[in-house]
Amino acid sequence: MSVLVVVECADGEVKKSSLEVATYGAKVAAMLGTTATAVAVGEANPENLAKLGEQGITKVLHDAEPRLKDFVNNAYTKLIATAAGQEGAKVIILANSNIGAAVGSRLSVRLKASLATNVVELPKIDGGAFTVKRGAFSGKAFADVSMSGDCKIIAVKKNSAEAQHEAGKTAEVLAFAAQLTDADFADAPQQVVMQDQAGGILLPEADRVVSGGRGMKGPENWGLIEDLANALHAATACSKPVSDVDWRPHHEHVGQTGITVSPNLYIACGISGAIQHLAGVNSSKVIVVINKDPEAPFFKAADYGIVGDVFDVLPKLTAAVKALG
Amino acid sequence: MKFLVCISNVPDTTTKISFTPDNKEFNKAGVQFVINPWDEYALTRAIELKEAAGAGTVTVLNVGQADTEPNIRKALAIGADDAIRVDAAPADAYFVAEQIAAVAKEGAYDVILMGKESIDYNGFQVHGMVGEMLGIPTIAPAQKLDMAGNTATLEREIEGGKEIVQVNTPFVASCQQPMCEPRIPNMRGIMTARTKPLKVVPAVGEPARTTVAEFALPPKKQGVKLIDAENAGELIQLLRSEAKVI
Ligand SMILES: Cc1cc2nc3c(=O)[nH]c(=O)nc-3n(C[C@H](O)[C@H](O)[C@H](O)COP(=O)(O)OP(=O)(O)OC[C@H]3O[C@@H](n4cnc5c(N)ncnc54)[C@H](O)[C@@H]3O)c2cc1C
Ligand SMILES: Cc1cc2nc3c(=O)[nH]c(=O)nc-3n(C[C@H](O)[C@H](O)[C@H](O)COP(=O)(O)OP(=O)(O)OC[C@H]3O[C@@H](n4cnc5c(N)ncnc54)[C@H](O)[C@@H]3O)c2cc1C
Repeated sequence: MSVLVVVECADGEVKKSSLEVATYGAKVAAMLGTTATAVAVGEANPENLAKLGEQGITKVLHDAEPRLKDFVNNAYTKLIATAAGQEGAKVIILANSNIGAAVGSRLSVRLKASLATNVVELPKIDGGAFTVKRGAFSGKAFADVSMSGDCKIIAVKKNSAEAQHEAGKTAEVLAFAAQLTDADFADAPQQVVMQDQAGGILLPEADRVVSGGRGMKGPENWGLIEDLANALHAATACSKPVSDVDWRPHHEHVGQTGITVSPNLYIACGISGAIQHLAGVNSSKVIVVINKDPEAPFFKAADYGIVGDVFDVLPKLTAAVKALG
Repeated sequence: MKFLVCISNVPDTTTKISFTPDNKEFNKAGVQFVINPWDEYALTRAIELKEAAGAGTVTVLNVGQADTEPNIRKALAIGADDAIRVDAAPADAYFVAEQIAAVAKEGAYDVILMGKESIDYNGFQVHGMVGEMLGIPTIAPAQKLDMAGNTATLEREIEGGKEIVQVNTPFVASCQQPMCEPRIPNMRGIMTARTKPLKVVPAVGEPARTTVAEFALPPKKQGVKLIDAENAGELIQLLRSEAKVI
């Protein structure tokens, strides 16, 4: 009765959010007095899968079927359901990603499991009671949810569990065949198009984010945001009006109707701090606000602030980061 | 083509969230409820596709109690043809999905559209559950949807990119920007909405699998530490030595 952890891989590497999920799963397994087994999806490399031992995973199931490289909902669901059956897993942990939540919701019906998405902490397990804390009201609140039934599926929000690294520990990687057929791949994507990410850092997974609002005046000024982001190894983001007028691509829009981020550092440049924007960023660990208006509402949600002109302040910050070496 | 558009009734995006004193329930006092912003993309796109085809129907579905009817009427005013309300509190995502699946099966809908997620509960799961219950594909979240006969071409957002997916009806898709420009009701729509059919049906299926034990608000910030713009570089020192984030 192990805990089953779903790890997403891309280009042979385990995604950062899946390292977090692996750590989370290993901790849940310890709470339940059992071990954590991982099952890999995406383009996985056995050598990197073995390193999941560092996160506390004992065993990794790896189906080498090449069509698992791209996300195919049916195939992934069957793969994970088969792995759960083989391992007798009653708790399944995934990342709260577009893949994890999509597969998790199908699995919950197939396995008659209760499902909690957007989970931000380890569960509380007390006899038969199983409770998790999840984000609700688009970042404006949390809910403790009790999960009923024999089987539970948990999708863990990005950046809410820190990945541990116990150097030298390795997991056993086992070949695994879920007997997937052509029918399981019927809804495979025709084409997958990846965007250019600033510095190759994905916004939803980023540790640091530099974000710009209407105060940046126009897309031609985004070099200032990108320079600071590059210096900090940060991803870039923006407010909704900025993506609405196509200064920036839609996938950079954070907030209640965009994506929710929870990096260690969020730097807001020329963003007023409307309630819908704050909802998407207020679980960031440290928030820095740069705004020329001392009355901007964002300052109330900030840890550090500079009242000043972004065109003056941003180059100084970039220079100061570079000076750190 | 028969479209079923599922709409959820949620607090307006400007709502300051608070709870009853025992923290067990959301405090609805003084709160304005709206159609879930993402569901507006689903609704408008269904109407556009019906108009483009010159035939078909758009039915809106809500699982909720009678207090959701103003927003169901609003959806009718925007251009849906008829509506169904499953008369029950939306106890959890699984329960809601069961209701939607039952209505979809009964009415043999071709295209079931939803929003990306509800902004109150942020489940991102009802669409996947409904697809599995009906044994049909779910494409979530979709940022583009075109139809040619029974074949749909969708763009599905993935972390760092997008997938182009083709499916045949029936299927489920959850919608988000920039799929379309959500419509707002006009005067004529509001007038005709009053007489469009709104059917109320009882709930079916098994009870909810999850329950909220308690709600909580995020911890309050300590207050902002201001750094003089002249010495902006000092901020970077503080982020390293004090906040320890760089
Ligand atoms: C249903 C709904 C959903 C929404 N969802 C979202 C969402 O998900 N995300 C989101 O971001 N918004 C969302 N909004 C919009 C939100 O209400 C605000 O309009 C938006 O966040 C404002 O963007 P902004 O801060 O970039 O622009 P503004 O509010 O115009 O603020 C610009 C700021 O820049 C400052 N500034 C100007 N020049 C300078 C300068 N030279 N140097 C420094 N500072 C300067 C100004 O003082 C001002 O504070 C939503 C709105 C609705 C109605
Ligand atoms: C008083 C009250 C108490 C609640 N308590 C709980 C609780 O304890 N546990 C719990 O899990 N949920 C609870 N909810 C339900 C919650 O508000 C959601 O309606 C439900 O869980 C589905 O939300 P989701 O975020 O999972 O949906 P998502 O999966 O995020 O929604 C995706 C899409 O599904 C469709 N959809 C969602 N809900 C409905 C609906 N009601 N009718 C029609 N279409 C819909 C919409 O198109 C939506 O965009 C409660 C609701 C109320 C009103």
